[in-house]
Amino acid sequence: MPTFWLVVVLLALTALGFWFGRRRALASVQGNPRHLHSLPIYYGANVAMSIAIPALLILVIWLLAQPLLIENRVSATIPQELIPENTSIGLVMSDVRRLAEGLDQAVDQNVMTTAETLALDASTTDVRELLGTVGVALGSEVRPEVLAAAQSYRQLSSTGSTAMAVVCLVLALVGFGLSARHTNKEFRARNVVERGVLALLILAASLAILTTVGIVLSMLFETVNFFGLHAWTDFFFGSTWAPNFRGDSELSMLPLLWGTLYISAIALLVAVPVGLFAAIYLSEYAGPAVRSLAKPLLEILAGIPTIVYGLFALLTVGPLLLNLFGQGENGILGLSWMTGATSVLTAGVVMGIMLIPFVSSLSDDIINAVPQSLRDGSLGLGATRSETIRQVVLPAALPGIVGAILLAASRAIGETMIVVMGAGAIAKFSANPFESMTTITTRVVSQLTGDTDFASPETLVAFALGLSLFVLTLGLNVLALYIVRKYREQYD
Amino acid sequence: MTDFSPTPDQPAAAQSSLLTLSKRTIQRNAAEKRFKAYGIAAIAVGLVMLLVLVTTIVGRGTGAFQQTFITVNVELLESKLDKNGERNIEDIKRVTTFGYAPLIKGAMQQTISDLGIETNLKSKHMAGLLSKNAVAQLRAFVLENPEKIGETIEFRFLAQSRVDGYLKGRVSRDSIENDKNISAEQLDLTDALIAAGVIEKTFNLDFILGSDASDQRPEAAGMGVSMMGSLFMMLVVLALSLPIGVAASIYLEEFAPKNWITDVIEVNIANLAAVPSIVYGILGLAVFINYMHLPMSAPLVGGLVLTLMTLPTIIISTRAALKAVPPSIRDAALGVGASKMQSVFHHVLPLAAPGILTGTIIGLAQALGETAPLLLIGMVGFIASNAPETIGEGLLSPNSAMPAQIYEWAKRADPAFYERAWGGIIILLIFLVTMNTVAVILRRRFERRW
Repeated sequence: MPTFWLVVVLLALTALGFWFGRRRALASVQGNPRHLHSLPIYYGANVAMSIAIPALLILVIWLLAQPLLIENRVSATIPQELIPENTSIGLVMSDVRRLAEGLDQAVDQNVMTTAETLALDASTTDVRELLGTVGVALGSEVRPEVLAAAQSYRQLSSTGSTAMAVVCLVLALVGFGLSARHTNKEFRARNVVERGVLALLILAASLAILTTVGIVLSMLFETVNFFGLHAWTDFFFGSTWAPNFRGDSELSMLPLLWGTLYISAIALLVAVPVGLFAAIYLSEYAGPAVRSLAKPLLEILAGIPTIVYGLFALLTVGPLLLNLFGQGENGILGLSWMTGATSVLTAGVVMGIMLIPFVSSLSDDIINAVPQSLRDGSLGLGATRSETIRQVVLPAALPGIVGAILLAASRAIGETMIVVMGAGAIAKFSANPFESMTTITTRVVSQLTGDTDFASPETLVAFALGLSLFVLTLGLNVLALYIVRKYREQYD
Repeated sequence: MTDFSPTPDQPAAAQSSLLTLSKRTIQRNAAEKRFKAYGIAAIAVGLVMLLVLVTTIVGRGTGAFQQTFITVNVELLESKLDKNGERNIEDIKRVTTFGYAPLIKGAMQQTISDLGIETNLKSKHMAGLLSKNAVAQLRAFVLENPEKIGETIEFRFLAQSRVDGYLKGRVSRDSIENDKNISAEQLDLTDALIAAGVIEKTFNLDFILGSDASDQRPEAAGMGVSMMGSLFMMLVVLALSLPIGVAASIYLEEFAPKNWITDVIEVNIANLAAVPSIVYGILGLAVFINYMHLPMSAPLVGGLVLTLMTLPTIIISTRAALKAVPPSIRDAALGVGASKMQSVFHHVLPLAAPGILTGTIIGLAQALGETAPLLLIGMVGFIASNAPETIGEGLLSPNSAMPAQIYEWAKRADPAFYERAWGGIIILLIFLVTMNTVAVILRRRFERRW
């Protein structure tokens, strides 16, 4: 792992620089730190930062950029007619990468020398068999062009890695030299170090933006690819979801969206009344003892991982509902409405349980924020407590409660494990809650698990679905925040 | 307010009395009682759900911590294991697990006839009570102790999952009618062996520390390796999200000027906290695996994805902790000549540390239980059988994680795996409860009121 050793060398250099800078600063004042502008450690830190920060920054940027550049250079050398029908340059490139990795491994395991790998000829040697002996299985016979591309890939990679190591080390040494030269008693080391630290803090804060940009770009990029392979009209306005890995798929979001919204609606139907009444009772009726016991207990429900709810839906609630509604004469109610344990109702009910604490704690905060004077006024006029709550407190808290419900809805739409395990896999428009249906998140999981081929619309559709999901939940959150903010203005 | 005003069809006021309640008052009081009852019912529904969830998990999961074992004396025949008699380890290694099967069959037959149990079963079906793991266990023992060849040694083998299920009440004579893995005669034999004390159910440490097993051997599957996967992921999350999160919060809370860029960052962080976790999985697949070619299924990638997911949580709680430190501390530090940076790092940050730690632990607990993004970066669908030996291997070689392992078991059709899944959830929840308790204790112990 040369990159690993490069980092180790850089860190060692940094430590050395710290020690050296501190010593040099002290030497410049004959060991009396009171004559220095800054504390001695700042001189050390200045040298250390001048060594580490530029070098590590370049290292990270280089590591990110190198694959892209090499990929572009190498894929340009692959002749167009080499790309088989129905596949893309991406597939050929993954062959090239695999071959290059295999050759690297062969060198690592001393099966071949570096010179031998360069002299390989696909027409005389069976490269596939050769790499089989070092544990790299290739999908197909190696064609000379692919081998040539792999060779140039390896060459570029190794040149790139060497150049990276050289550039990083030179940068580190230049930083060392320059900062060590500055180090004397007049140098304002603290100010420089603090400016550097501030820059690092800003960098960390902008990572949040970088994540968002990464999310949007990564999905947008693949979504554009998807719409290049598949009609966008079918995605947004079609009526069938029928992925077919041999091609000719019908990939419409609408049936999935319907399933998602239906399940979320049932979840909210469970969570909103229960959560809201729980919040009302806790904030308006319950004494401190009940409140301090019931509130944390309810909030435990929010801390349970979703995989637990998923398992609960799959193994407990599903079979229970099937027993109630689906076993015909053998069942408890003698009904035969359900055919399998996975259904909209199963996923919806379990998701509703998960959302109860979410709705209740948000609404609780909002109800508590309603000024006591409003309650006192209403009670003073002779209204009962429930009349006060229904006609004074709830209307005052309504925007906040709507915001809380919207946040809960956004959680329900983005929830994955419960629907993956409880909702089923059939995409259809149906109003029957006992049928199994599928959701956006479920399809994202199923299209992207296992071997993914980033050249087929069946895989890429997951990115379009993911982006739609992102936009949908983001929209709901922004709307919720907007409503909550508007409400807050009323009492400030 | 219409409810309070007298309506025309109401009887005249003169007829009312303070001593007898009017019909309308009775109605209003009843409505009040009903409303209160709805509230109590809602709380009760929530608590009952919690109770049902907990009892289901405990009731169905504790079985996984016990396993049925069969104790048998096996004679390690030299003629089968080391034909040359030279104890050459290469010769012994050449005997595959297939060559060990007759030893086990013989041992079972011997044990049963020694106990004087009458049965019509063939030796193959007698050995069928044992797990398919037994031969591998025997071979591993011989390879480790080649000098023991020729001796008779007592072994504790796992019983196969149907026998285990029979002891745990999951399998009954009715349920096995169409089961080709076990027959009623084998269950008769099991009953006799239980009476003789050969088959017994004891605590099974391997479920906690062992590795996953293929779908033919649910009795041998354990959580240990996926726990290592989770551990390495949490190390990555901790190493990245704590420094980055704290640095970002310090900037936003202490240094950032109030301008639109800061506003954008803040809105961004609030929104990132609400992005569905699966979207982070898509990001991880597209960026870390498809673009950077990091290895699929590696805890490093899982850790990176979970870091991005946990960062907003940590930033939000760290900012709250920094905000709770009173300005007088900063002013005092600045007043005695500290720079702004020194006042933050030397005074504010140490005072906010308990709050930051609490938030970090809660963020880590959230990340530990998260499953959806792990499905997309390939941490399911294979058998996590090898525990990593070095840190580099732990980060880069394919592994599973606790929630992903539970999902994997839940997908397999055998009910014996369902028990494992519930048991896995108990382990996962023990971790989460411990982490949250530590967080609560930290908050109670070190939180300072100013």
